[in-house]
Amino acid sequence: MLDTNAFDLRSYISRNPQSIAVWIALAALITFGLLRYDNFGGAYNISSFLNYNSMFIIISVGMSFVIMTGGIDLSVGSVAAFTSVVAAYMSPYGIEIALPIAVLAGMLFGGLNAFFIIALRIPPFIATLATMLGAKGGALVISGADTIAVDWGSNFTKMGMEKVFNILPWSIVVVGIIVVGLWFLLEKTSLGRTVLAIGGSEDASTLMGLKVNRTKAFVYLLSGGCAGLAGVILASGFGAGQPLEGIGWELSAIAAVVVGGTLLTGGLGSVPATVAGALLLGLVFNILNFENGLGTISISAYWQMVIRGGFLFAVILFQARVMSRNKRKGRVA
Amino acid sequence: MSAQNYVSQSFGPAFNWKKVLRNHGGLVALAVILVFNILVTPNFLQLQTLFVNISQVATIAIVAMGMTLVIATGGIDLSVGAIMALAGAIAPLIFQSEFGQMYPVLGVALAIGFPVLVAMACGLFNGALVSILKVQPIIATLILFISGRGIAQVLTNGNLQTFKNPAFSYLGTGKILGLPFQGWLAIVIAIVLFWVINRTIFGRYVLAVGGNERAATLSGGPVRRVKIAVYIICGALAGLAGLIVVAINSASDAARNGDLMELDAIAAAVVGGALLQGGRAPIFGAILGAVIIQLVKYTLLANGVEDEVALIAKALIIVAAVYVQQARKE
Repeated sequence: MLDTNAFDLRSYISRNPQSIAVWIALAALITFGLLRYDNFGGAYNISSFLNYNSMFIIISVGMSFVIMTGGIDLSVGSVAAFTSVVAAYMSPYGIEIALPIAVLAGMLFGGLNAFFIIALRIPPFIATLATMLGAKGGALVISGADTIAVDWGSNFTKMGMEKVFNILPWSIVVVGIIVVGLWFLLEKTSLGRTVLAIGGSEDASTLMGLKVNRTKAFVYLLSGGCAGLAGVILASGFGAGQPLEGIGWELSAIAAVVVGGTLLTGGLGSVPATVAGALLLGLVFNILNFENGLGTISISAYWQMVIRGGFLFAVILFQARVMSRNKRKGRVA
Repeated sequence: MSAQNYVSQSFGPAFNWKKVLRNHGGLVALAVILVFNILVTPNFLQLQTLFVNISQVATIAIVAMGMTLVIATGGIDLSVGAIMALAGAIAPLIFQSEFGQMYPVLGVALAIGFPVLVAMACGLFNGALVSILKVQPIIATLILFISGRGIAQVLTNGNLQTFKNPAFSYLGTGKILGLPFQGWLAIVIAIVLFWVINRTIFGRYVLAVGGNERAATLSGGPVRRVKIAVYIICGALAGLAGLIVVAINSASDAARNGDLMELDAIAAAVVGGALLQGGRAPIFGAILGAVIIQLVKYTLLANGVEDEVALIAKALIIVAAVYVQQARKE
């Protein structure tokens, strides 16, 4: 079952035809930005862009695992808000304490999702919706509905504010390492194969004797943990725990996953393409900011949402065409 | 689960609270909330309380009924809140325009008709994506969820539109026989939809599509058209609800109108007995669900419980409702 060509470009494309679009669009947008704006490729823009978007990348990748099993996790934004408050409270003990505790707090919510979905058999959409409301309420309760300042004396703010060798922000380095690990996990391990198998057909996976429940629990714990990490980056980068943040993050993450070509019905997906999807949606904002900076036009912030929706629409149209073509060829069941 | 059922049923004539809770959980919950309020909440048995709650319930109920139809076909519509904002933003633009000022009657008529048409167009967009392109409903409606509110804000430059227009405001502040107009409107809509679901061929198809889409297709049912129609109806009702909210406030705020309404509407539909897998369309259940959601909000607010705790309560209601529903199915 193990595919030895997992990292081979040609086999990657043949197995993920629906994610070509995101790479083409990403390349086109970067080329456009480089040609049009002076400082687009500058160190400052790249590092602040990556720093800010590292949160969305890690959430999107966690979400992609859930979606590959045919589930969905609407709680990630609220969970990130919750864990940003937890991380802020833990910040005096340093990042090496605050980070694992916040990630564990995120996994706690992931565990709650898993319990609702696996033990109580509540549909993922509803279960994670409830957790979303609960985590949001919880974040407001433990913070007193106010931002919680972090301790600037400890090394906590390094994560979101300092750079490795003065180039890459710590946040993107940490996220990058985890993302590569998850990529490996998906492509090279039996756990990753099971994730995709469940999304392909849960009944068949059960009959084949795969550990369906355990794998489903894993993806929700993973998604919760990823949201927890995003909360740490949020608190560290902005110097405060933000109980009111995270609204709509789950939808941005779902959008990034879909733009990256993962099928919402599950069974098909790619970690790098999800990262590309998150970068693409982030770049839309980045380019709009530059365009406004040029002063030739003034695109209000409200257009950004319209354009994001348009992007999602375009990708869905493309996906639908590729999928129907594949269906006719009999490649995708 | 079946063994448990057997045990609980074998007790015979004894009061089977599990079964009652399973089949009439919504009514039991409503009774509990009402008794609690009568005993605890100050000034609960006042007409003013009734009016406040009816005008709030009506908007949730109107959206929830549309959502119930969509859920009955096995779909979901996340864009209702954004459609509310869009419809609500367009209306003042029309009756406050020069044309609207010159012909006030026509202006108000257009200010109600055109936004609802736009809302139906949004529904058509959702329905076409779902039924023709076979996009999953969550994703298809996510597009308008993200961009619909943006369009409303672009149209109004993000400004709060305030106005004085008694004719239009009647939608949200008028009273018939002493009860708020929108309450009557919700009841009329419920009766019409109930009739449509239970007495028309279209209604049969809605339930058939949700029950077993493949079977409905194979038996020659107009599955595509039925699916598109429910999203159009859902869009129209959301647009209407958006207009009512604007009329209540005599102001349109595209950033807040209908915010998080999709959650309330889904919760109301599910509490009212809609199955997420489709196949059931309890229209009056949606109203019951809307009443429960609103009363829980009101109860917590009136007793000084913080908003954030109210969120957790709402989460528990949703989980409990779906859990009871799952148990009923098995």
